[in-house]
Parts: sequence; C-alpha cells; structure tokens
Amino acid sequence: MALLEIKDLTQRFGGLIAVNDFSVTMEGRELNALIGPNGAGKTTVFNLVSGFYQPTTGSITINGVDTRGMKPHQVTSLGVARTFQNIRLWNDMTVLDNIRVSQHYRLGYSLADALLRTRRYADREAAIERTAMELLEFMGMKDLANEFPPNLSYGIQRKVEIARALSTKPKLLLLDEPAAGLPSTDVVELIKLIEWIHKEFDLAIWMIEHQMTVVMSLCQWIKVIDFGATIAEGTPEDIRNNPTVIKAYLGDEAI
Amino acid sequence: MLETVIQQALNALQLGSYYSLIALGYCLVYGVLLLINFAHGDIFMVGAYIAFFAATYIMGQHALIPPNSPIMVKLVFAGFFALIVTAAVSFAIKKKPQAPGRKNYSYPAILGGIFITVTAAIYYWGQGMKLETGADKILVFAVTMPLTMILTSVVGVFIERVAYKPLRLKGANRLYVVITALMMGIILEYGNLSLLGTSRLSYPTLLPRVVFDVAGAKISITKLTAIAASFLMFALLQWIVTRTKLGMAMRAVSYDKFAVPLMGIPLDAVIVFTFFLGSSMAGMAGMLYAMNFPVLDPFMGALVGWKAFVAAVVGGIGDIRGAFVGGFLLAFLEVIVAAVFSSELRDLISFTILLGILTWKPTGLFGKPKTTKI
Amino acid sequence: MGNRITVPAALCALLFLMVAMPHVGLLGQYGVTFLCTMGIYIILSASLNLVNGYMGEFSCGHAGFMAVGAYTSSVAGVFLFVPDQVFGQPWLPMALTPFAFPIILAAGFIAAALAGLVVAVPSFKTRGDYLAVITLAASYIIKSAIENVEAVGGPRGFAGMGKIVQGMDSMAPIPWMLVWIFLGVTFTIWILRRFVYSTYGKGVMAIHQDEVAAEIMSVNTNKMKLIAFMLSSGLAGLAGGLYAYLISFVNPASFTILRSTECLVMVYLGGMGSLSGSVLSAIVFAILLEFLKPLEQLKWVAIPLLLILLMQFRPEGIMGNRELSDVFPKLKRFYRFK
Repeated sequence: MALLEIKDLTQRFGGLIAVNDFSVTMEGRELNALIGPNGAGKTTVFNLVSGFYQPTTGSITINGVDTRGMKPHQVTSLGVARTFQNIRLWNDMTVLDNIRVSQHYRLGYSLADALLRTRRYADREAAIERTAMELLEFMGMKDLANEFPPNLSYGIQRKVEIARALSTKPKLLLLDEPAAGLPSTDVVELIKLIEWIHKEFDLAIWMIEHQMTVVMSLCQWIKVIDFGATIAEGTPEDIRNNPTVIKAYLGDEAI
Repeated sequence: MLETVIQQALNALQLGSYYSLIALGYCLVYGVLLLINFAHGDIFMVGAYIAFFAATYIMGQHALIPPNSPIMVKLVFAGFFALIVTAAVSFAIKKKPQAPGRKNYSYPAILGGIFITVTAAIYYWGQGMKLETGADKILVFAVTMPLTMILTSVVGVFIERVAYKPLRLKGANRLYVVITALMMGIILEYGNLSLLGTSRLSYPTLLPRVVFDVAGAKISITKLTAIAASFLMFALLQWIVTRTKLGMAMRAVSYDKFAVPLMGIPLDAVIVFTFFLGSSMAGMAGMLYAMNFPVLDPFMGALVGWKAFVAAVVGGIGDIRGAFVGGFLLAFLEVIVAAVFSSELRDLISFTILLGILTWKPTGLFGKPKTTKI
Repeated sequence: MGNRITVPAALCALLFLMVAMPHVGLLGQYGVTFLCTMGIYIILSASLNLVNGYMGEFSCGHAGFMAVGAYTSSVAGVFLFVPDQVFGQPWLPMALTPFAFPIILAAGFIAAALAGLVVAVPSFKTRGDYLAVITLAASYIIKSAIENVEAVGGPRGFAGMGKIVQGMDSMAPIPWMLVWIFLGVTFTIWILRRFVYSTYGKGVMAIHQDEVAAEIMSVNTNKMKLIAFMLSSGLAGLAGGLYAYLISFVNPASFTILRSTECLVMVYLGGMGSLSGSVLSAIVFAILLEFLKPLEQLKWVAIPLLLILLMQFRPEGIMGNRELSDVFPKLKRFYRFK
C-alpha cells in the first residue's frame, strides 16, 4: 500500500484552475521534490494534501485512507506533517511548548484528566515533555527549549519549525520552500539537515523548493508543474535537460 | 392595507437613515484603521447635544448662557464657536509648502478674518434677531447643520488624537485601542450626565410642519430630510472613497498602514480626515435624530450606536455599501417585527435574524472573505 | 514537599478568617459585601480572559452568559425551596439549602455553558470582529429573551432568592454568601489554571497565535474553541448565580453592555493571557469602584479616564501575558500551585 496516492486531483478557485489533473504516488522513504514557476500551484497541492482545502475532484489517500472531508488535524494524525513558506511558529510560546502542543492528537488524556490531574495526565504529560526534549536534543537544540521563536535567527526558526513538524511523528513530511530566505551558508546546513532527517527518522520527504542546488543535490524524483498541470517528471538529470521545463522557467528564447 | 405598508416602509426608511449614517461612520473608521470605534454611538449623542446648543444659541434662546448675561460672556461664547469653525477651515485649506525664508501673511490673515466675521455674525445673530418666521428657522437649520457637523467632528478628531493615536504609536494590541474607545464612550455619556444633569432637553422645531401625502401614508418634511440626507451622504462618501485621491489614500492605509508613509502619503492627515468624515456624519445623524425624536438624553447614543454597529457588520464592515444597506436592513427588520409581532419582541427577533445572517455569511452581505495565505 | 501545601493551607486560613472575622466584629456587613463583589469580579474577569486573552477573540457579551446563569440559579433555587406564585410550593425543606446550593450554582453553570454554544458554533467559521458582533448580538438576544419571559418577571426582575440565603443563615450563622463566593473564586482559578497549563489547554493559545498552524499541527481547533467558549461562559454563569443570591434580586437591566464592558476592561487592564493579571485587575477595579463611590455619576468619568491613562503608560496591561510567578520568580519557592 502506497504511503501517499494522489489521483487526478483538480482544484478550482472560481474560474481559476489551480491544480489540474495531478497524480502522484509515494511508496514511503522517498525524497522527492515538486518544482515549478511562481503561481504554478505547488503550495495548493500541499494544502490539498494536508487537508486545508477540499479537492474539487480527484482523491488523496494516505496509507489507504481517503482524506476527503477530513480536517487538517485529522490528516496530520494519519502521519502527514508540514512546514510553511513563511515560518508559522507560535511566537508567544517557548520552543518546547511549540513542540509539546504539536503532539495534540496523541495527548492520550482528556479534558477531565487535565482538570482533575489524574495519574494518566501526569504520566502522559511527562511522556510528552520527554519526547519533546529528546527530539530537541536529537536535533541539537536542547539549549533553545525555553527561548521564544522571535529571539531566534531565521535559520534556527526554520529548524524549529521542522522539529515541530517532526514531533507529530509523520511518515510523510511536506517541506514548503525550506530554503526560502536563507543565506547560502545556511542552505548548505539545511541540505545536510534534510538528508540527516531523511535517514534518521525513517520517513518520506516531499518538498517544494526554488533553489535548484537543494533540489538537485537531495531529491531522487522531481515533478515539475506549471499552471497546475504536470509538465515533466523524472530524475534530477532528466529534469535538468528537459526542454519543456527550461521553457516554463526561462521562456521560449532560452532554448 | 397598502397605506399601512407604505407608512411602515416610510418609518423604516427614516429609522434606517439614522442607522445608516452612524453605520457609515463606524465603517469608515473601521475600513481605514481596522478599529471598532465604540465611542461612535456616543459621538452621535454629542452631535445631538451640539445641534441643540447651536440651534438654541443661534435662535437667541441661549441654553448654556442666559440671554441677560453680560456681553463679554456672550462674546467669549461666540468666539469659542468661531475658533472651532476657523480651526476646521484652516485644516481644510491646509498651508501649502512654500520657499523657506519667505514670510506669507495671507494664511493667518484669512483665518483671522474668518474668526472675526463668524464671532460677530454669531453674536449679533443671537443678540438681535427674533427668529420667529418659518423662513428664518430654515436659515437656522441651514447654519446649524454644518456647524454641528464641524463641531462634532472636532470632538471625534480630538478623541482620536488624545486617546487612540498614542496607543497606535506605541504599537499596542488593537484590542486595547478598542477598549479605550469603549472607555471614551462611557466618559462621554457620564460626563454629559454630570455636566447637564438628568434633565431631558427638548429640541426646538426648525423645519416647517409640512406633511406630505404618499398614497395615503404621511411623511413630514423633517423625516424626508433625514432620508434624503442619508442617501446624499452615502453618495458623497462613495464618491470620496472611490473617485478622489484622498479616498485612494484611505484605501491604501487600510491595506497597509506601514507601507503608506513610505509612499509619501501623509498617514496622519488621512486618519484625521477619516475621523473628521465619520464624526461629522454622526453629528448630522444626531441633529436629524433630535429633530425627529426631540428629547435628548445622555444615553440615547448607546443603544442606537450599538445597533448601528451590528448593522454595519451585517452589511459587511469595511464596505460603505454594506454599512448603508445594513442600516436599512436592520430598520426594516425592526419595523416589520414590531408590526407583525410586538414591539417587545423587536430586539429579540431582529437580532436573531442578524445573527442568522452572520452565521450563514460570516463576513456580512458585502464583505469579502479574507483568504488566508499559507 | 513543604511548598505543596502552602496554597491549600493559605486558602483554609483565609476561609477560616472569613467565617471568624464577622463574629468578632472585625468585618462588618459593608466589608462582607465589598469582598463578595470583588470575588464576583474576579470570576468574571478570569473567565473572560480565557476567551479574550488566551484565545485572542473579542467576546463582548459576557454579561449575557452571566444573566443566563443568574436566572437559572435563581429559578432553580426558588423552584426548589421557596413558595412562589409561578413555581408553586417548594419541593425541598429549607434545611437542605446549604447542601443544595452547589447544585443550584451548577445548574447556572451548565445553562450558561450551553448558552455559550450560541457563540461557539459560529466561531468555527468566523473570527475577530465578526465574532465580536455575534457575541454582542447574542447578549442582546439573551437579555431581550429574558425581558419577554413573564414567568421570571420580564423587565421587572425576579426575586425570592433572599429567602434561601436567610434559610442558610438560620442553619448556621456564618457569612454564607462570602463563603460560597470564595469557593467559587477558588474553583474558577483552579479550573482555569489547570486548563491553561496543560498541553491540552495550550492548544487554545496556539489558536490565538496562529490558527492555521494549530490546525495543521493536529490541534482540533473547533473542539478547543467549543471548550474555551463553554468553559468561559459557564464560569460567567457561576458568577451570575452568585451575584443573584448576593443581592437577592435579578433584573435584565443588570446585564447590559456596561456590565460586559466592565469585564472587558478588567481583562485588558490585567493583561491578555495572564490569570494573575485578571485577578489583580479585578481587585483593583473593585477597589476603584468602591473608593470612587462618593463621586456618584462622576465615578464613571473618573474610572474610564484613569484606565485610559493607565493604558497609555502600559499598553499591554498590568501584567502583559506574564504571571505573578514570572515577575517574581522567588514566589515559586514558597508554593506549588496545581
């Protein structure tokens, strides 16, 4: 059973077709990319997968579960986590709290437990805290646990956001332009980080990225879309030499 | 039957015109600053009082200062009115930038001239004339209306400068500004109460008691004025916001308050103008309201104001058409409920319907849903 | 583990003082009433802070939920214990009042929490200023609905609760209302603190700071909103019930916009998302109200003026979003408060 299966996905916003007849299958453990010019509909695909939009037609199944009609938090509990183009951390919460709250779907206790402070509450809360601290330690950010996100550099905030996504224990991690706004030195770090996550956390990663260094050095399979429609897919080598892709990015004269 | 329907429709139109005028003020300020100016309903009340004092003063009835008080007192009072008029004029004609080092006396000269003329005019008017005839009273109406609008807007702008602007500059949470507005409203209500006591003032009749006959239904000229005024103001506002440069600046501020000064738009002037417009319309509504329901009390603005605010939101706050339509919608709802059921159930049913509309269309009738960009 | 008992011990001591002091003449009727009013303000302010502070919505209809609680508790009490023209003969003897009173209050809590649904359900789709209007309209609807129910006296109001308080007094001569209000305040703070300090309740803050991120990071935002609104309005109902019995009379005119405004002022004065701030500001507000009473009408000019000035100097409220123990970390050594 495939981890993610998107079949003939189409999304319309009024007259605009943002995603057109889009299909993709991921078995698990891949590191793929979705690229395309600005406004091609890449983020829309991610929004559809994470349940933020409901598709006009087509289906998305995650581990065999059809996600149509599901709210984003339900999709997340199926094992899909994501980051955002512009970082969306909870700025008035510490890094640790950011990561604790992201485990909301598997808190394992109810409101009554929280109010009565039952045994289960104490056990689970301790476990959540432990998981969060372990994750932070594993990612080398243990000292940042009590910092507030706005006090951290942009690169570190990105890393915290990725850690937050990982804390939902995803099987599929969607990264929406992880390198956006990072200086080139940090991009090298980021490439290493993503590679390391992919290896250590046993998950599939699907990313949107504009920086070709990132995409070409990391990804096994690249899908290119323009105006919502798939125009090419293949290995980095194929994409690099594909005339349709070059045309979409650079225009007719470039060929 | 038809007669009753038309009569009720006319009543609703009249009631709606006050709601709409107030709602337009809410909407303007909200549209530009994203601030719910909760003091607006009370500015409407202040407008009604200003209209009262202005009219009685001009008519020589001197509500604040008795007719036999010394000349100096009357002059000072007249001078105070004139000062405010002059300040408003000076704001309107704003000094043009000029070469440094060159002194230009024409600006102060014009203002001084206006000041002296208005003082004298108001003084002699209040002193000598016995305004008895209908034509004179129409004249009083014609003078009182702009005077009320200007004075009320001075109050509105003053509140903005003193209470809202410092908070805005400090970058306080938007809701703190809203709370400050709530507080300002209470201050206006209770300040008025402690200043003038609980005595209810009754507004003099200014317009002739002419009653028109519309297919059996009756409408007085006062009511007709209110309806006409609200439509006129709506058209004027729509024109200002969509067709003029100032309106363009206002829309720009509502999109991005931070980018606007960088583009060379005087942010402060735009905000002041917005409050000026909004409050002057509240003043106008206050005066028209006082003419139709001629008993003034300090809390008259609270209920009407809140209702108008709800109406503005149901119409789609931030959109002028929405506020205008919302005001009339609420009025028609209220009149229909009162006619079909009973007037005790008026608030209950009309608010329930409005709540239903908002639940069904969360951004109001004309509001555009804000799309969250991810 | 000595610090674990500090708070319960302090609370018991306070309770003891409250019962004992009127007996030895240290606390007169005036003082008792003042403390009761303050307690009700604390409940109102702390409960509204959950929605307006922690969740960042702008609910301006708190008085409406208070009214629901007040009327429900009143009717429940009168129905059970007092002979009434509308509700007939009492069902239970007066001797049971001290035991039944928590149930009466709970009825108010539950009714108000259910009324909170009127606001909670639209909040799934609506945010910000539109939701503010919904809360406003809801409070108007509630007030107007009560005015139209003849059984509870319509606009004239409803009385009879005084007999129940007298009944409790005849059982044991202690300041019953003060004790109940004290317990109500303790319950409110206790429940709110436990809620907002749990990872579960922190979902509410996540909604405030970024709702999209909250939803995508597996927080069930609709459920959290439902809980926050119902808890907040339920506690307002509790305050309403206590208020009704404190003054032995309720009428719709007690639950106007001005009441909601008071609640709002206390929340923002204390600081959004600070429980100790809400408590502090409620105390300050109650003292101000009492202190400025001689000014009569001018009171309502002086208080807003003071508050506006205060906001100019501290535009984030007294405490900002911090707690007392964040400002004075040494306090943590003395107590553990769960």
